[in-house]
Amino acid sequence: MSSFWIATIGTSVIAFALKFSGHSVPERWLSHPKIQRINALIPIALLSALVAVQSFSEKSKLMVDQRLVGLSVAIIALFLKAPFPVVVLSAAVSSAAVYRWF
Amino acid sequence: MRDSLSVSLTVGAYGVAFGAAAVANGFTVLQSCMLSLLTFSGASQFAVIGVLGAGGSALSGIATASLLGVRNALYGVIMAPRLKVSGLTRIVAAQITIDESTAVALGQEPRGIDAMRKGFWYTGIGVFVFWNLFTLAGALGAQAMGDIRAFGLDSAVPAAFLGLVWPRLTGKFERVLAVGCALFAIVMTPIMPAGLPIIATAFIAIVIGLKR
Repeated sequence: MSSFWIATIGTSVIAFALKFSGHSVPERWLSHPKIQRINALIPIALLSALVAVQSFSEKSKLMVDQRLVGLSVAIIALFLKAPFPVVVLSAAVSSAAVYRWF
Repeated sequence: MRDSLSVSLTVGAYGVAFGAAAVANGFTVLQSCMLSLLTFSGASQFAVIGVLGAGGSALSGIATASLLGVRNALYGVIMAPRLKVSGLTRIVAAQITIDESTAVALGQEPRGIDAMRKGFWYTGIGVFVFWNLFTLAGALGAQAMGDIRAFGLDSAVPAAFLGLVWPRLTGKFERVLAVGCALFAIVMTPIMPAGLPIIATAFIAIVIGLKR
């Protein structure tokens, strides 16, 4: 089985197990303030790391290319309080333009 | 009902981005659709395709996605006593326990328990339907494209992650953590096996969360 299939099935199984566990375990298990705090921080850490890796790397090599333009445009769009689809679309369009014409 | 529908349609648009990004990162259309049907949690789905697309192993992809999925368990803890469901209904309720359904439900709470439950079910099911339809559309679209860079899909993925993290950067501490983790991941990318720099930042978050 390819790693893509393993990832697809493994992620799905654990995702449902997590959701179902929330509906099944006693409330006090997961309502500890430290757990709540860590839970607020983890997405910030992981998503920021993903932004960086997806923007500036190709496998294990660092590189700067048209994605830097896309990322910059996305940041500007977010500062202008653009909705999510506009952020993604403006990043894609600007990056594609740089890739095609430069 | 109106809240639920507008949330569902908006989130549906993320679905196009996900479907396209999944195919761009090497997943098949079938795998992309299965992730949306079975995982059904945007951030986790983007994470697993992001890690594998960057050359990471299945295990690092699953671990990153699952760490992001922990919050759905916490939503379940909030929703379970309010929904009071069991058996098959509880399985369905668990599957649609995500950011949006929980947020709309809690937003409706001042209007009473019935409004809150309706908010949860309408939003959860609405998002599920649109998210999956739009994932299929996005995946088929990307498959037809060929060179994804010519359509900017290589930038759409980091932009999507940025759009997901942006609303969470509410204070200086959060912003410093975000920039710090981004820099850490960049510095570690040439040194550590693909995928690990990303998971390592979760441990930074755990250590900071325990100490603070």
